[in-house]
Amino acid sequence: MARLKFLCDADRCIECNACVTACKNEHEVPWGINRRRVVTINDGLPGERSVSMACMHCTDAPCASVCPVDCFYTTDDAVVLHNKDTCIGCGYCSYACPFGAPQYPQTANFGTRGKMDKCTYCSGGPEPDMSEVEYIKYGSNRLAEGKLPLCAEMCSTKSLLAGDGDIIAEIYRERVVTRGYGSGAWGWRTAYGETVTV
Amino acid sequence: MAHNIHRLVVALGLALTLGLFAPQAIAQVNPTAQSVTEDALFEALGNGGSVTGRITIPDAHAGQLIAPENRVWAALQGETLHTISIWAVIGMVALLTLFYLVRGKIRIDGGMSGRKILRFNAIERFAHWTLASTFIILALSGLNIIVGRTVLLPMIGEGAFGTLSAWGKIAHNFLAWPFMVALVMIVVLWLIHNIPNKVDMEWIKQGGGLLKKGVHPPAKKFNAGQKLIFWSVVLGGAALSFTGVMMLFPNEVATFADWQFYQTIHALTAAVLSAIIIAHIYIGSVGMEGAFDAMGSGEVDENWAKEHHSLWVEEVKGDTGSKARPHPAE
Repeated sequence: MARLKFLCDADRCIECNACVTACKNEHEVPWGINRRRVVTINDGLPGERSVSMACMHCTDAPCASVCPVDCFYTTDDAVVLHNKDTCIGCGYCSYACPFGAPQYPQTANFGTRGKMDKCTYCSGGPEPDMSEVEYIKYGSNRLAEGKLPLCAEMCSTKSLLAGDGDIIAEIYRERVVTRGYGSGAWGWRTAYGETVTV
Repeated sequence: MAHNIHRLVVALGLALTLGLFAPQAIAQVNPTAQSVTEDALFEALGNGGSVTGRITIPDAHAGQLIAPENRVWAALQGETLHTISIWAVIGMVALLTLFYLVRGKIRIDGGMSGRKILRFNAIERFAHWTLASTFIILALSGLNIIVGRTVLLPMIGEGAFGTLSAWGKIAHNFLAWPFMVALVMIVVLWLIHNIPNKVDMEWIKQGGGLLKKGVHPPAKKFNAGQKLIFWSVVLGGAALSFTGVMMLFPNEVATFADWQFYQTIHALTAAVLSAIIIAHIYIGSVGMEGAFDAMGSGEVDENWAKEHHSLWVEEVKGDTGSKARPHPAE
């Protein structure tokens, strides 16, 4: 089984936000919810870098360990998913997440949190694969169709990589060696406890 | 002619300047020279730092790219608070069971007199029971948030547990408001009776008469033990209310670090206050004969009052004439 991961090669990211748009369109994500976003570090300064970030599908995911209703589960491909039928929208996962992945529609009482929504690595939820109910709750299930997440698939500079952790780490390592520099595998140490060494 | 030469000189100078400085300008934007790396950023931030940048979406929180310290709170919430909450409840219940086995039910030494004194009027009882009933639901639904997944979930299954927890969250959010109103009511009603004084010192010295039969230190309307309950409820309730409101409106206030802080204080205060309230429920019901009447009918037996609140009885008896209280039928 693969260990699926994201890797954003920040030295290639041109902050076009196509990954963000692709994600929103693919899953019909409602207004105000951002499963993926692009953050620009040192904006306007020499060495500025942009990083595309979503749920990193952590090893030993902190969201899962704080969830009061235990609605998270990890698939065989190490994708961290959750069950919206069980989720109560308490917000604890968003406090625990190092990457700001959990999002909430403002539908619950006092206009605050509804059921949590986050990146599914384009692999839906607990419902049957590619069913309508799954699409409504979690968006499309590209993984079940044999495709990788759309954000990475359509990245114009191939900055955002998705796939098995070992393979994308090797691609990144090769790039760094060839061009002679690399700003690091952003978030890997925090998410997986190890980073890509070149 | 001279004008043209002047122009040529300026142009040459310009070309020379550019020629000299242009390579340097290119070097400044060379990505290999100054590219920002994650490792360097974290090193510069030190412990507890997070990597933050500019974002084009309206949600300002989204500008925080990586906050590794959030994992620390995850461990605190998922393990430490979980353990503390379980032990606060189990520990207090065990302690009270032990106390009951050793000391038994505290009886009225003089027996029931049959004569009643009004201890808490309708408004006081309304405030107390509003506070008490909302607290119990808040405490149970709150405890479910912390320990439910390890205690209740295996027993009733995911579907039932999810539904129950969702209703619990709604109850928790809405019942917080009557709880806060009742909290203000008991402060207004009872603050004056709960200022610590010299009588309390004597009460504490004698252990409140709790441990030995026949020992009854003097007390006014509230003894030192009840004052302790009062201040625990008022201060604990205030802390719970503030941190609770902060969490109820997450988008209006604060950052992730603030939410983590509020949640931790909320859970710790709730665990301690729940343990205190379990003891309060015990002594007000099965633990002591005649105690429940004070909040039940509002009228207590005169002998009970004399034993537990001797100074208060003297106060009340002293001004019997001024208050039109019902005379018992003779």
